[in-house]
Amino acid sequence: MADYIWLIPLFPAVGFIFNGLFGTKISKGAVSWIACLAVFLSFLTSVAIFFEFLQLPADARVFEINVYSWIASGEVSIPLGFRVDALSLVMAMTVSGVAFLIHVYSIGYMEHDPGFKRFFVELNLFVFMMLTLVTGNSLIMMFVGWEGVGLSSYLLIGFWYQKDSASDAGKKAFIVNRIGDFGFLLGIFLLFFTLGSHGVWTLNFGEIHKSAHLLNGNMINLITFLFFVGAMGKSAQIPLYVWLPDAMEGPTPVSSLIHAATMVTAGVYMIARLNFLYSMAPTTMMVVATIGVLTAFFAATIGFAQYDIKKVLAYSTISQLGYMFVAVGVGAYSAGIFHLMTHAFFKGLLFLGAGSIMHAMSGELDMRLMGGLRKKIPVTYWTFFIACLAIAGIPGFSGFFSKDEILWKAFSSPHGHIMIWMLAALTAGMTAFYMFRLFFGVFYGDCRAPEDVKHHIHESPKVMTVPLMILAFLAIAGGYLGIPHVLGGANLFDQFLAPVLGGGHGHAAAAHASAGFSMVSSAWASTAEAGHGGEAALEMTLMAASVVTALIGISIAWLMYVKNTGMPGKFVAAFPGLFKVVNNKYYVDEFYDFVFVRGIMKAGGVLLKVVDIGIIEGIINGVGALLQWIGGGLRKFETGFVQQYAFGMILGAIIVVGYIVFAPLF
Amino acid sequence: MVVQIPEMDFGWIVPEIAMTVFAAVALLLTLFRKKNSTWLFVEAMPLVGAIVALYFTFQTWNGNIDIFNNLYTIDNFGVFFKGLSLVILILVTLLSYRYIDREDMARGEYYSLLMFGTLGMMIMVSSNNFITIFIGLEVMSISIYILAGLMGGNAKSVEASLKYFLLGAFATAFLLYGIALIYGTTGMLDIREIAGYVNSGNFMVTPTFMAGLALLIVGFGFKTASVPFHMWTPDVYEGAPTSITAYMATGVKAAAFAAFLRVLFTAFHPFLSGWTYMLWILAVATMTLGNITALKQDDVKRMLAYSSIAHAGYILIALTVGDRTLSSTVLYYLLVYSFMTIGAFAVVIILGRQGSPNTGIESYAGLAGRHPVIAAVMAVFLFSMAGIPPLAGFMGKFYVLTDAIRGGYYWLAIIGVLNSVVAAYYYLRVVMYMYFKEPEAEIGAPDVSIGSTLAIAISVVVVFYLGIFPRLFLMIAHTSSAIFM
Repeated sequence: MADYIWLIPLFPAVGFIFNGLFGTKISKGAVSWIACLAVFLSFLTSVAIFFEFLQLPADARVFEINVYSWIASGEVSIPLGFRVDALSLVMAMTVSGVAFLIHVYSIGYMEHDPGFKRFFVELNLFVFMMLTLVTGNSLIMMFVGWEGVGLSSYLLIGFWYQKDSASDAGKKAFIVNRIGDFGFLLGIFLLFFTLGSHGVWTLNFGEIHKSAHLLNGNMINLITFLFFVGAMGKSAQIPLYVWLPDAMEGPTPVSSLIHAATMVTAGVYMIARLNFLYSMAPTTMMVVATIGVLTAFFAATIGFAQYDIKKVLAYSTISQLGYMFVAVGVGAYSAGIFHLMTHAFFKGLLFLGAGSIMHAMSGELDMRLMGGLRKKIPVTYWTFFIACLAIAGIPGFSGFFSKDEILWKAFSSPHGHIMIWMLAALTAGMTAFYMFRLFFGVFYGDCRAPEDVKHHIHESPKVMTVPLMILAFLAIAGGYLGIPHVLGGANLFDQFLAPVLGGGHGHAAAAHASAGFSMVSSAWASTAEAGHGGEAALEMTLMAASVVTALIGISIAWLMYVKNTGMPGKFVAAFPGLFKVVNNKYYVDEFYDFVFVRGIMKAGGVLLKVVDIGIIEGIINGVGALLQWIGGGLRKFETGFVQQYAFGMILGAIIVVGYIVFAPLF
Repeated sequence: MVVQIPEMDFGWIVPEIAMTVFAAVALLLTLFRKKNSTWLFVEAMPLVGAIVALYFTFQTWNGNIDIFNNLYTIDNFGVFFKGLSLVILILVTLLSYRYIDREDMARGEYYSLLMFGTLGMMIMVSSNNFITIFIGLEVMSISIYILAGLMGGNAKSVEASLKYFLLGAFATAFLLYGIALIYGTTGMLDIREIAGYVNSGNFMVTPTFMAGLALLIVGFGFKTASVPFHMWTPDVYEGAPTSITAYMATGVKAAAFAAFLRVLFTAFHPFLSGWTYMLWILAVATMTLGNITALKQDDVKRMLAYSSIAHAGYILIALTVGDRTLSSTVLYYLLVYSFMTIGAFAVVIILGRQGSPNTGIESYAGLAGRHPVIAAVMAVFLFSMAGIPPLAGFMGKFYVLTDAIRGGYYWLAIIGVLNSVVAAYYYLRVVMYMYFKEPEAEIGAPDVSIGSTLAIAISVVVVFYLGIFPRLFLMIAHTSSAIFM
């Protein structure tokens, strides 16, 4: 079955091509069912490979296939192929599974949209590219997918392109991402040529892994940092996060699939995929963890002061992505991927829930005009509640397990730091607060909607609520794949990923850390084993602390938005300046606009006038005119007279013969 | 002396025999035709003949055998070019169906001469003997002389034919004289024997020998339309029937380059330093002159003629580098070039009608609005010629320029790149006319037929295929050029 890994991205590609070419000829229903089926088949294929893998011993769970040799020239050869191992399987299953649910949900959500067919075509394109990204076996394939998801994200953010705000948001996302992609591309080139200078011309992950020891420390820090610049763009980290809130202009299923569950996590996947390089680059690791925790904290504060429910969720996504970077930045790659997966479930669910709320509220997004929806849309209410508990990290829900593993690693890993842990734990409390602020604001209290909207409030159709329920189930159950040892679990998730990512946990690490994988993680594993007893107590304490923080956050939210609803108003009145700054997202957008956008426009204007029009165009037009003039002159030689042509040939022959005969004599 | 010809030798030349038979049958059918429906059989001959010949040609892949007392050779290099000639024959035939009816040309003669021309190409690319090469060249050339003038009522066509014949005869004389001088100094006609002789150590470089080599360059330079032996090209390409122009620009050029490459790389490789600077100058002159003169052309057909001169210049870059391991680049370039050129000429054909060829650039104004598909495919061919990825022309140029850089010919590579910038101007000018200009005059519906549609469709697909997936054919080209190693 693993031979057929290329089927995983192929199905959505076929769906994309088929619907793209013939979509206008067939009915809406057929388009949407083909699109859903395509993604579902990808999901089935990944699950089938997963079960096949479970039969194999852990170290045999890698399979690679090159489908086409794209470039082969001398010692440089660039085949295009796929790689299936534990990591790409987890990603493929998560992506295709969540994507399938969101596809189904979209059938209901987009039902009355005139662009219904185009939506499914572009959604299939996205899934195709995303699956290429996670199953590719080389940096080239990853980059193809990386750019492909960027393109489909651009198309889908600007889906309602008639709206200026939507097409602007699309452009913003694309341009900001290009900055990151530029860094990523530089990193790829640098790695390619550095390895090439040692005689290893490759971009294949496995081969890079084998030859990584050829790279020296500074070079590896630089390369991994450049990769991380790419991740900053794609995964919305400081300072390139500004596009993600604007990306909420796209339809809600798009926000859910692309800008919460899958695409934005590509940066985390990339670092996990290249973990062997990052583990050799302690400086970059520190940068990654620091940027991650700062982003997590900073975005959470903005989440406090937003009223637009999708904006709150957007900042929460940025914040949660920050967590994932903390994880991979402290070397806890599998914890990062674990959180990536649980986040895909609960954040996908939150966005779909928000879509369902919008559906009920005739498209309203402002939580100040909601309230009291608990009874009117019960399915949305319950599933949203579960998602909020999960993201807040309440024990028993998936977010608890994944977030707690990250917090523990941030504290205990040699790459970690107590400050990182403190900031991350504080952010956990803040997350609980702003999520429940949203939750209580929407579902409790009196309904503040205008009368005409109030009459229409209704639960969404089955095609939307069933995906909500499935995701809610996953948002709870997903966490039980990774119950930590300290709670008596076996952390199956970590074990499964261990052959690729190296184990983070004592026994697992010692047993599975693949040969040559960083010395750091094995050293860490042995310390963990040495002080096992004390460690366990400490881990329990920290866990309790973070749960308490989360509960405090929820309680404050309850106090402010249910019990004593006057409080937020008083708070705003007491600190009007602070509120304004946070509500306006610290004016970062304005700052970027002033410095970069306008600065560049101005510089561009000067360059245009002086350099472009004056110098370059002058030269170009001059050369062009000169060549045209010469061409006109040469044209006159074509007289049409055979005698002259023959004479020309004789002259030519004399020159050629003369040169060849007499040149050797000199 | 009794020359023994083993019977089995004939098994290797079934493609050539097939071509001859089908060409002869086409003529005979024309002669003894009773009804109009006979034309159907005549028209089918080149297609059926080419497919039969292609089939048997592929059977000889990896044959590697000398037959008829070393006068004829079956090797992969020959098979590659025979295959290319036959594919070109198929495409040109498809283009011709409607066109020669429209222009009222003699059908029987047209198709059989087309096949005889192809036969000549097949012969000249499969021999290591000067005499056989020369015979092939002449069979090809004489067929083309006639074909160029087949548009009887058209003065330009007759003029083109006569010019081509006079200058061609002239060039043939140079070539033959070159062969004679080499035979005079070495006593050999087989280029591999010559190669063995010049490498043997008994060999002394004499001016006579070098003059022979120089005259060979002149002769082949004419057939490949290289500067300064290119003067006939614009007039002949413009005057000849467009389908024959396409045939000359692709088939004749490919076959001439093939023979040129074989002769130079087999026999004269040790004199690399002797002619490398000469070829350098020829390459630069050919590219630059072709491109710069094309800038001022307002007639698309004539512009394409200059563009084909410029492309010969790019191929000369690869010859100049002279690395025998890299000669696959030439093969690949010719392959790519053939498809995009035939495609472009096909579009030129379907835009014309009887009496008004509509080859002026103003006829292309606003084409995108009226016939979006035709404009789009023309744009594909033009972009490919300009060397824009992911089209085949890009890959062709890419490999040529890479070779130049590998060989240390940096200036040649730089001039090549600058030249493609210049070339982009006149290619894109047509695109600009098609997409951004309002039409000045109505040129009427395009003369589309099943044949031309098929030819264009094949060319478009191949141009994309070779551009995106170059590897397979690059490997084939590599295997084919292995004879030089």
